[in-house]
Amino acid sequence: MTRPPIPLPPLRRPRSADLTATFAGLPLPQGTDLPPYRRRELVLLVFAGVLATSALAALTFADIGELSLGIFSIGLGFFCLWALAHLAVRRFAPAADPVLLPVVVALNGLGLVMIYRLDLAKSQAAKQAGTHIPPSAAQVQLVWTLLAVFVFVLVLALVRDHRKLARYAYTAGLVGIVGLLLPIVPRIGTTINGARLWLRVGPFSFQPSEVSKIIILVFFAGYLVNKRDVLSVASRSVLGLKLPRARDLGPVLVAWLASLGILIVQKDLGSSLLFFGMFMVVLYVATERASWILVGFVLFMLGAVLAHSMFSHVQVRVDGWLHAFDGNNPSDTSYQLVQGLYGFAAGGLTGTGLGEGHPQKVPFANTDFIMASLGEELGLTGVMAILTLYALIVLRGLRAALGAKDPFGKLLATGLSFTLALQVFVQVGGVMRLIPLTGLTLPFVSYGGSSIVANAAIIALLLRVSDSARRAPEPASDAPLFDPGAVADSPTQVVKTT
Amino acid sequence: MNRPVRKVAIACLVLFTALLVNANWLQVGEAGDLKTQPTNGRQITERLERERGAIVAGDVEIARSVPSNDQYKFQRQYPSGKLYSDITGYYTLFTAAGLERSQDVFLSGDDDRLLASRVTGLFTNKQRRGGSVVTTIVPAVQQAAAQALGNRKGAVVALDPSTGAILAMVTSPSYDPSPLASHTEKTATDAYGVLSGDPAQPLLNRATQRTYPPGSTFKLITAAAALSQGHQPDDRVPAPDELQLPLSTVRLPNFGGERCGDGETDTLSHALTISCNTAFAQLGIDLGAETLRKQAEAFGLNATFPDFPLQQARSVFPAKLDGAQTAQSAIGQYNVRVTPLQMAEVVAAIANGGTEMKPYLVSELRGPDKKTISRTDPKELGKPVSSDVAAELTTMMESVVTSGTGRKARIDGVSVAGKTGTAEHGPGEAPHAWFVGFAPSDAPKVAIAVIVEDGGGELGTGGAIAAPVAKQVMQAALDTP
Repeated sequence: MTRPPIPLPPLRRPRSADLTATFAGLPLPQGTDLPPYRRRELVLLVFAGVLATSALAALTFADIGELSLGIFSIGLGFFCLWALAHLAVRRFAPAADPVLLPVVVALNGLGLVMIYRLDLAKSQAAKQAGTHIPPSAAQVQLVWTLLAVFVFVLVLALVRDHRKLARYAYTAGLVGIVGLLLPIVPRIGTTINGARLWLRVGPFSFQPSEVSKIIILVFFAGYLVNKRDVLSVASRSVLGLKLPRARDLGPVLVAWLASLGILIVQKDLGSSLLFFGMFMVVLYVATERASWILVGFVLFMLGAVLAHSMFSHVQVRVDGWLHAFDGNNPSDTSYQLVQGLYGFAAGGLTGTGLGEGHPQKVPFANTDFIMASLGEELGLTGVMAILTLYALIVLRGLRAALGAKDPFGKLLATGLSFTLALQVFVQVGGVMRLIPLTGLTLPFVSYGGSSIVANAAIIALLLRVSDSARRAPEPASDAPLFDPGAVADSPTQVVKTT
Repeated sequence: MNRPVRKVAIACLVLFTALLVNANWLQVGEAGDLKTQPTNGRQITERLERERGAIVAGDVEIARSVPSNDQYKFQRQYPSGKLYSDITGYYTLFTAAGLERSQDVFLSGDDDRLLASRVTGLFTNKQRRGGSVVTTIVPAVQQAAAQALGNRKGAVVALDPSTGAILAMVTSPSYDPSPLASHTEKTATDAYGVLSGDPAQPLLNRATQRTYPPGSTFKLITAAAALSQGHQPDDRVPAPDELQLPLSTVRLPNFGGERCGDGETDTLSHALTISCNTAFAQLGIDLGAETLRKQAEAFGLNATFPDFPLQQARSVFPAKLDGAQTAQSAIGQYNVRVTPLQMAEVVAAIANGGTEMKPYLVSELRGPDKKTISRTDPKELGKPVSSDVAAELTTMMESVVTSGTGRKARIDGVSVAGKTGTAEHGPGEAPHAWFVGFAPSDAPKVAIAVIVEDGGGELGTGGAIAAPVAKQVMQAALDTP
C-alpha cells in the first residue's frame, strides 16, 4: 500500500516523536515533528495499568490478607497486552487522540478485577456447598481482551483511511443484517436467559448484534453522506416538516426497519433502542434538520407504547421498574433490579472496598449488573469516576468528529460516540432504576466477548478518524470524498453547495 | 455539519449528567431507605462479619456471638434457648426482633458512644466490635416464672416497684431463637415459617404485645378512683345480688351468684377482698366514665410506655361509654384491654406509694472492653394516686390475700398484697386467670402481673390458677439478695 507522506504539524519534543516515527515507519522531515501525543498516551497508559494493578492488589489483600509478587506480574502482563495496542497506534495512527486508549484500558482493568472478584465469591460459595468450583469467568474474559486487542490492531491496520469504508456501504448494510440474523440459524445460535441472541463456539458465546451495530452504522453513514445533498435539498413538505423523497431515504429506511424488526423479534430491547437512537442521530447530523429529532421522538413514543401493549416481556420490564418495591417482597420481576439497588445503597459514598462487599448477592453480577457490583465496592466515588471515564471517551470521540475533514468521518465518529453514550445511559440507567431495565452490556467492563471486541473496534475507528483530523489539511487533489459512481447513479442532479 | 455534532455532544452530556445525579441520589440520598428495606439482607450480612455484643442478664450471657468458620465470621448463640427469647428476640440473616432489633446499633458497634473504642480499633487494626447490653432481668426470677407458668399459655411480668426495673418477663408458648440465627438460609426460613404459622403465636411477646380484658384486676383502678374522690375503705356502697344496668335489660350478677356483704350494701374494702362485681359496677356508674378514664390514663392506659425497648401494644380504656358500658368497664369487661406489663405497672405504682416508675429493661450499656458506657437511671412516670390512697389500697389488697380471693398467693412470713381477676373473653371459653400484686406489702421489693390464658385450659378463677404462679415468682424475687 503506497501513500504519499502526510505533512505533520511541528512541535517541541523530538524524542517521543522519534519513537513514534520509528514505529509509524514515516520519514522524519527536517524540522517537523509530531506532537507528543503518543508519549502522553503512554504515560496515561501507565496510570491505567497502575490503577488496575492496585485494584487487584486491594482485592487480593482483602481476600487472603497478604500480597504477592504475582499480582505485579499479572498487572505487568495486562499493561503489556494493551501496550501492543499502543504500539499499533504509534504505527498506524500516530496523530490520534492520546486519551481514548488509556481510558478504555482503565475501564477494562476495573472490569477484569471485578469479574475476578466475583469468581472468588463463586468459588468460595462452591467450596462451602461442597460442589465443584465453576470455571473462571475472568480467564475467559482475559482471552476475549486479548482478542479485542488483536481486533483493535487489525482495524487500525486495515482501515488506513476510514473514507474508503464508505465505498462498502451497501455491502456493510447487507453483512450487518445477515449478522443480526445469524443467531436464528439452528446449530450455531443459542438461547441465553430467554433471548436467542448468541452464537456459541465451545465455552465462548458471541452476540453478533454488537458487531452488526458498527457495520450497520457504516452503512447508515456511508449512504447518508452519498445522499446528503439530495436529502437536504429535494424534499416535500408534509405537515410542516420537510421530508425527503421516499426513494432517497428508501434503502436506509429498509435497513433500519429490518434491523429493528429482527431485534424486536429476538426480544433484544436494549439493542433495538440503540439502533433506533443511532439512526436518528446520524440522520439528524447528516441533514442538519432538528425536525428529525422531533420525528424520532414521536416515533419512539409510538414504538414504546406499541411495544408495551404488544409484548409481555416489555410489560414485565416496565412493571418491575415502576413497582420495584411494591409489597413486602420484591416480586420476581424486579428481584434482580432491587438486589442491585441494595448493592448501590450498601456502597454508599466510598464503597465497602474491593472484596469487602457482597456483590455476588445480585444476579448477573458480572454482566448486566456489574455497575451495581462496582457501586457496592467502589461506592459513589467509583461510580462517578467510571461514568466520567465514559463521558471522556464520548466527548473525545465527538471531538474527533468535529475535527474530521470529511462528512463520512464526522457521521461515523458521531454515530459511534453517541451510540456508546446511549449504551452506557440505557445500561447504567436501567440498573440504577432511572429507566426500565433492558439487557445491554457495559462497554469494556461487563463480562462478555462480543461487547469488548466490538467496542475495541469502535475505539480503533474513533482513533482512525481522530488521526486524520489531527493531521495537517491535505491537498485538495487528494481522493474524492465518496464513490463518484454513486453520485453518477443518483437519480436527482443537484447543484453542490460548498 | 459541526453544529449538529455539538448539539449531540450536549445531548450526551445531559445523559451523563442524568446518570451522575441518579447515582448521587441512589447511593447517598436514598441509600438509608434502601438499607432498611425489609427485604435487604445485606445490613445484617455485613454485621455478621463483626463480633456482635452480648446481651446479659445478671452474670448470664443470654445472647452472644462466637467465632464461626462458615461463610460469616460470627455465629449468634442463645445458650438458654427458650428462656429469654421474648427479651432477646432473634437475629436472623434477614431481620431481627426484640432487643436484638431495638439495641442493634449498639450491639453491632455502630453507636457513636462506641466511637472511642472504634478509633483505637482503627490503629490496632482490629475489626469493629459491638458493645454489650446488660438487662435488668434476674435469672433466678426469670427461671422461677418460666417454671411456674409451665406449658400454659400466658405471661408473667415482675418488676421492682421502686425503680421500674423489670426482673422477669416470661411469655408462653415461646421459641428457641437459635435455629432462626442459623447461617443456612433454609434452616432459618423453615424455622421461621413453622413459628410464624403456629396458631399459638410463639413469636408474640404476650407480656407487652398482646392486650387482654383485665377483669376484676381493673377493680383496683376503680377503687383508686373512688378513694381519690373521697371514699373511705369502710364506706358502705350498694352491693345488690344482681345489678340492673341502666338503659338496658341486662342484669349483672356476682361471680357464681355469690352475695356481697348483706346483699344490699358492702364496705368498699370487703367488696374488693371478695371481688364483688355489683358493688364496683355501681361504683363505676356513680363515679362516671370520665373519672374512671382519667384514673386509668393516670396509670398509663391509652398510651404506651416511653422508650421501652420492646414492641408494645396499647392498653385501652374506651372513649364514649354509656351507663351500662361504664358499669362493665369498671369491672374490667366490655372493651377495656390491658397488657400484662400495664397491670404490673398499676400494682407497682400502688406499691411505690402512688408513684409510678418508668419500666425499663436495659440497665447498662458496656463497651467491647466491658467498661460501662451508660447506665439507666430510674425515672418517675407520674403519680396516679396519692400516697394515702396507695396506703389504703395496699391494706385492701393485703386482705385480698389474707382472707379473700387471692389466698393462694400467701407466702409464709411475708405480707403479700394482691388482686385476682377472672376475665371473660367470649361465650363458651374458659376465662383468663389474672393475679396482680406485690410483696412484701410494707416494703415492696417486687410487683407482679400474671395471666394464664383461658385459665390454662381448666375452668378456674384467677385466685386458683394465677395466684400460685405469682406466689412462686415473688418468692424467688424475695429470695434473691
